[in-house]
Amino acid sequence: MYELKFDPDLCMACDTQDCLVKCQHMDIDQETARTEILKLADGEDSFVLRDCVTCYACEEYCPNGNHPFYLIVKMQEELGMLPLPDPLVKSGVQVGIPFRGEPVIDEMEGTVLNMGVFSPLLGRVEGSKLFEGLPVISHDSRKMFHYFCQLMYLHYGKTSVINERLDGIIQTLASHGAKEIVHFHDECYGTYTSYAPAFGIEVPFKSIHLFEFLYNRLLELKDEIRPLGYKVVYQRPCSSRLSSDKHPFVAKIFDLIGVEYMDREYKDENAMCCGATILGQKKEGSRVYCAEIQKKNIDDMKKAGGQICVFNCPACMQTLGMPVSKAGIMPLFMSDLCRLAIGEKVG
Amino acid sequence: MSSIQQELVNIVGEDYASDRREELFTYSKDLGTSQPLWPEYVVAPKTTDELQAVVRLANETKTPIVPLGGGLTLAGLALPQKGGIIIDLKRMDKILEVNEQGRYIVVEAGISHGKITSYLKKNHPNLMHSEPGAPPAATVGGNLAIHGQGDLAHPYGFNTDMVNGLEVVLPTGDIARFGSCAVGSGWYTMHPLPDIGLFLGWNGATGIITKVSLKLYPCKKFRENNMFVVENEEFVPDVLFEISHLGMAEDLIATSSEIPPMMNRLHYISIINTGDSEEELEFKRHMTFDVQLAKYIRSGVGGIVSLYDERTRPQVSKSADWKKGGGFEYVGAIVPVSFYPECYRRGSEISGRHFIPYTVLGRVIGSCHSMMFSWSYAFNRADDATVKHARDALHETDELVMEINGTIWKPAIFGQKLMLERMDQGALRLMKEVKKILDPNGIMNPGNWEVD
Ligand SMILES: Cc1cc2nc3c(=O)[nH]c(=O)nc-3n(C[C@H](O)[C@H](O)[C@H](O)COP(=O)(O)OP(=O)(O)OC[C@H]3O[C@@H](n4cnc5c(N)ncnc54)[C@H](O)[C@@H]3O)c2cc1C
Ligand code: SF4
Ligand code: SF4
Repeated sequence: MYELKFDPDLCMACDTQDCLVKCQHMDIDQETARTEILKLADGEDSFVLRDCVTCYACEEYCPNGNHPFYLIVKMQEELGMLPLPDPLVKSGVQVGIPFRGEPVIDEMEGTVLNMGVFSPLLGRVEGSKLFEGLPVISHDSRKMFHYFCQLMYLHYGKTSVINERLDGIIQTLASHGAKEIVHFHDECYGTYTSYAPAFGIEVPFKSIHLFEFLYNRLLELKDEIRPLGYKVVYQRPCSSRLSSDKHPFVAKIFDLIGVEYMDREYKDENAMCCGATILGQKKEGSRVYCAEIQKKNIDDMKKAGGQICVFNCPACMQTLGMPVSKAGIMPLFMSDLCRLAIGEKVG
Repeated sequence: MSSIQQELVNIVGEDYASDRREELFTYSKDLGTSQPLWPEYVVAPKTTDELQAVVRLANETKTPIVPLGGGLTLAGLALPQKGGIIIDLKRMDKILEVNEQGRYIVVEAGISHGKITSYLKKNHPNLMHSEPGAPPAATVGGNLAIHGQGDLAHPYGFNTDMVNGLEVVLPTGDIARFGSCAVGSGWYTMHPLPDIGLFLGWNGATGIITKVSLKLYPCKKFRENNMFVVENEEFVPDVLFEISHLGMAEDLIATSSEIPPMMNRLHYISIINTGDSEEELEFKRHMTFDVQLAKYIRSGVGGIVSLYDERTRPQVSKSADWKKGGGFEYVGAIVPVSFYPECYRRGSEISGRHFIPYTVLGRVIGSCHSMMFSWSYAFNRADDATVKHARDALHETDELVMEINGTIWKPAIFGQKLMLERMDQGALRLMKEVKKILDPNGIMNPGNWEVD
């Protein structure tokens, strides 16, 4: 069984308790934060388990790399306090079950692209110069759940499901033989570079963040870039909390393709979650709270003067894409924006 | 050329009557598990006059006739059980009148539901009719002939409850009109004239519906699919009851299916809310989830899966064929909403016995007055064994419906026999008399609702 590496001594010595003090969804002072996180580390109940909206952010807030969010989720499960109603948990857990045959394992080498569970979005990638020469691990959307990183179950308080399935997913990815994998979804990147090491799960390949890849590729195609000149806002997803070292690539890419990165309240570490998983939580008022934070988020985008909202995560796009466009802001994936910059059309 | 074929050509012209095998072939099958049944002729009249002439010819020569709309009922209802002439009504598809303020549309009965929807969308965007979840080629006449229900079933009932006037060609070739149009005062109501009700739900065995006035309803600017889920099937009737208490949802459907796995042994309740503004929609979301269903969410036994999803019309079911074998057929039953749990449990057992992933669905009709519950059985057209399994499963399901005191909806011939066996003797006698009076030569879609 995989065990979370969480060190209470780091919390004892910590002089910020940023994990909970900075939480956007709870109002917690430093003293309480220290008490509550240590209770959790001791396997005890805490109100945090009930009030947490599973936004991932404390994983980034902790300056000591101590995985407070993974701890919260683990304790939610251990103490039987799942954030979502039982049928939503069951449905979520069943989503990831592959049901259309086994994957075809093509031998590959070098660097490859993993679409994870988003192979239905392959049309946005294939045929683009940005991804030229980058073989795709699986084209077959019927097989996508064999490549599903499972990290979504953090929102369900289901560490056990991740730990049960992840090894098999890693084996499938590894069996293609590639040494380096670019992950289309940064949740996959977070799985293999943050979650797996935190639980001592071995990953036999190197992971590359999509934005780092895009940036380097754009540098190679620099002569073809036509500055776009748009004012853009960026919707940072929860999973980026696991790879904050890659976040600077957002600004670097925007700079390179000549778009103006608009300043907004919910930016960088203060990003606001898309609300997808808050909606269904069993806590009283979750639906209304979800609608409120979505409104705040979109109002903030408008206030910042964004013409385009750039999305990293397809799930955020699915949740916020429509309301964002109703607000007069065009939703676009980062990869599509980059394609526009090198003169390609996007559908 | 036979004399009947020649007569048909004389009535409709050479292009619209055929006895050629390659053309009859298309009409010998439907999309379900039925064995092919061949007609001798197919004819496609354009006008009521032409149709009357065809029916008169059939009556004189005692040739069976089978009216055909979109042919999408799947249960073999428009296959010629006893040969004869298939009358393809799809060319009779004119829109004759729309009364915007009176909220009705008068159409020829061969018109497809898809055509009405797109016409209204373009010309009267604030009006809609109740479109069945069938592919858009389904016709108005065919749907009424089987008592169909569509996406306004929850507020307004069966599609046959939405008829404002009817014109029918009788088996003799004569014409009869019902409703206010019968007294020449327009097509705006079916009542208060004496009730006749002889043509809806008869599979064309008493006459061919040629013109229909359909009620139209307010069409709101925005329509969203809100999805709620429970695991325990026993909760479904109450969830539906709670939502229908609000009287706000445009359509209310519960589903469960083995594939995809996320639906397995879970019950998804699709609540279609509409509104002309975000405020109206938000009020409906609030009443639905924060008030009516809050007890389920709070106790952790029910949850909101998604809100705001766009809902396009018509909502065609693709769910039954996840295995991709190309075929599916379903038994539908009209049952009380409280039957959902048993229908689901027993249906999934039948599916299991026949190695078919279970797929069930219940659509609320009226304010929980009843529910159309369907059990779908997918099969692979290229694999006879799977077709046989589906056929056997359909028959077992018909028997199940009888056992639990349900009513089979659009029964195939097998199910019709089961229903007639249990029919009240008085009703049976009356049906027999009606049939004898209207169709003395037994030419109208014979084999269907045969009372002898
Ligand atoms: C995927 C799918 C989903 C479906 N969902 C629904 C649904 O949600 N609701 C629903 O109600 N149905 C549904 N159906 C069933 C069916 O397709 C529809 O009821 C459809 O409206 C039937 O119309 P049709 O024109 O295809 O009828 P047909 O199959 O052509 O005819 C049906 C019966 O009526 C007779 N008939 C045809 N036209 C006339 C006429 N003018 N006068 C007298 N008799 C006539 C025929 O002889 C036959 O017995 C679905 C079917 C499919 C394949
Ligand atoms: S989890 Fe991190 S931020 Fe929180 S108390 Fe421990 S060390 Fe400090
Ligand atoms: S995951 Fe988000 S809501 Fe939960 S404690 Fe951490 S920061 Fe707060």
